[in-house]
Amino acid sequence: MTISRALFLVALGMALGTQALAAPNESQIERGHHVYQKWCYPCHGPGTDKPGTNAMAAQGLKPAVLEERTDLTPAAIKGYVRHGIYFMPTFRKTEISDADLDAIAAYLTRSNKPAATK
Amino acid sequence: MRVPPGVSSEDFSSALTQFENAIGKEWVFTSEADLDLYRDSYSPYWHEKEDRVASAAVAPDSIEQVQKIVRIANTYKIPLWTISTGRNLAYGATSPAMSGSVVLDLKRMNRILEVNDKNHYALVEPGVSYFDLYRYIQEHQLNVWIDPPDPGWGSPVGNSLERGGGRTPMRDHFASVCGMEVVLANGDIVRTGMGALPGSKTWQQYKYGFGPYLDGMFSQSNFGVVTKMGVWLMPAPDAYRDGTVMVPRHDDLIPFIETISCLMDSDILRGTMMLESPLLDYRVAQGGTAFDMPGGPSAEEMERIGREKNLPYWSAELRFWGAPRVIDAQWQYVKEKFSVIPGSTFKDGRYYRFPTQIKETAADLLVALGIPNLSVFGLIQNADGHLGFSPIIPMSGETIFEALKVYGELYAELGISPRNQFTALPWSYYPRALLLLFGVSIYHDVEKNRRSREIFKRLVEVSAQHGWGEYRTHVAFMDRVADIYSYNNHALHRVHETLKDALDPNGILSPGKSGIWPKRLRQFKA
Repeated sequence: MTISRALFLVALGMALGTQALAAPNESQIERGHHVYQKWCYPCHGPGTDKPGTNAMAAQGLKPAVLEERTDLTPAAIKGYVRHGIYFMPTFRKTEISDADLDAIAAYLTRSNKPAATK
Repeated sequence: MRVPPGVSSEDFSSALTQFENAIGKEWVFTSEADLDLYRDSYSPYWHEKEDRVASAAVAPDSIEQVQKIVRIANTYKIPLWTISTGRNLAYGATSPAMSGSVVLDLKRMNRILEVNDKNHYALVEPGVSYFDLYRYIQEHQLNVWIDPPDPGWGSPVGNSLERGGGRTPMRDHFASVCGMEVVLANGDIVRTGMGALPGSKTWQQYKYGFGPYLDGMFSQSNFGVVTKMGVWLMPAPDAYRDGTVMVPRHDDLIPFIETISCLMDSDILRGTMMLESPLLDYRVAQGGTAFDMPGGPSAEEMERIGREKNLPYWSAELRFWGAPRVIDAQWQYVKEKFSVIPGSTFKDGRYYRFPTQIKETAADLLVALGIPNLSVFGLIQNADGHLGFSPIIPMSGETIFEALKVYGELYAELGISPRNQFTALPWSYYPRALLLLFGVSIYHDVEKNRRSREIFKRLVEVSAQHGWGEYRTHVAFMDRVADIYSYNNHALHRVHETLKDALDPNGILSPGKSGIWPKRLRQFKA
């Protein structure tokens, strides 16, 4: 395990308490939706044919569809994309740029209750 | 700062500066965090020093930038490891065969240059994924289908060069390649086939051009960087149907496969056939294995269970694409051919008349309908990844019996459960032969991976002893697999090395790819 990956996995729980730095705007959320559809939906969309959704359901996580969650944090989302988890691989910056990743995070945290992002 | 083998820190710094000048600083990656993204997420050496790591990554967005990069690399003898979409998971993904290589990441070269739905082809760059091409065809309402591999995020260029397969009549992806543009190690641009003719109108319609046909040289190789490729597509069919053929007894497999072979070679069966066994599936569900393990139940015992449970020994879902009257006639003819096997039974399957809305989500169906998806990753159970082990075996029932016994005995010898495979039964990814596709589990656990590597090495070794060779392998095992193709004192490998040294004298392109090392780096051969 690389140091950065190890630190990420240890710090993942702490990330849940990380506050978002700036409130996302609508255009960023829209961009995030577009990027999510391209890169995340094939594994994390609804349906029994989505391996990411199935893996989360197998872990007992509810809801298992990422878009339906309201407790994700930007730090955790970015960590999963850049470090992977279980059989989810990492994604390079030539695939999902840092700006695109910010947008995905904005989209997936759009419905969070205020407490969830603190 | 990591430095490529044999390159001084000063030279590497100079090369990085020149890379930045050539393609922009933003697209030259050197930080530890960025380079971790180029490790193999399914590495068999996870957490170990042998895990392959890059010294940098460069991401051009044009052929001119690729030319500049290879010229700089030639000046400083920098090894470049080329990837397209980098989604070749189970075979190394983004990671080089030699640590310290600079990854040449072509993901940004993602232009769909042409899709022709009158002559049925596409011309694409390496960063285009099957998802991208599918979306483009849908958005432009073009009358063609793609043939995606099971994971749809790979690229037509990369998957075809790796000689991957799909499920439709266009399943043999390298066979569907028509015309390439290649940057050689010296920066020269070559177009193959009719592309060599200035103003050619048939680059994507006639493969061979004039003179020697070179396209095969650029597949699974390190002789050039493919920057454009023509791929043949399938005319969108009017209809699709499938049906299942079932036979009751163990030895029925011999005429069953003979019939499949005859129908495929007659172009009546045109897609990938996956052999199935409802009876062996039952045995697996009861805690057994599909392999023929020492001490396991005999064929007679299994047939008795089959009669009691009303389970056929062997079956296959066969697929048909085309005009409704044609595919109805094909299915009818297939049933007639199999009817000579006593006790054979048939089940009509799905039928679609296009255009229609597909509501089913079965992954194998979607891929057979040319719809890319990622459902195949659901096969990874209780593991963090897998190695693909994929030998080619003859298309015969006798060989399948032999393979089930050989691998069963191997797993017994290793003292482990053979249940960590995707499937024990073969597929017809390619015409005229069968393919076994095992997934050897990979973990974020050093000891478990050590065991998986041992299994993998023995699978390669034992397969070779029976005349079965892998068609493709992980970067960590390329030398080992290349080594089994040893006829006449490794004559083919020596030709590969001769070509490598002639085309790439400084050895800058993908050292170690398919076991081919340039002269100056042959000490790295495993």
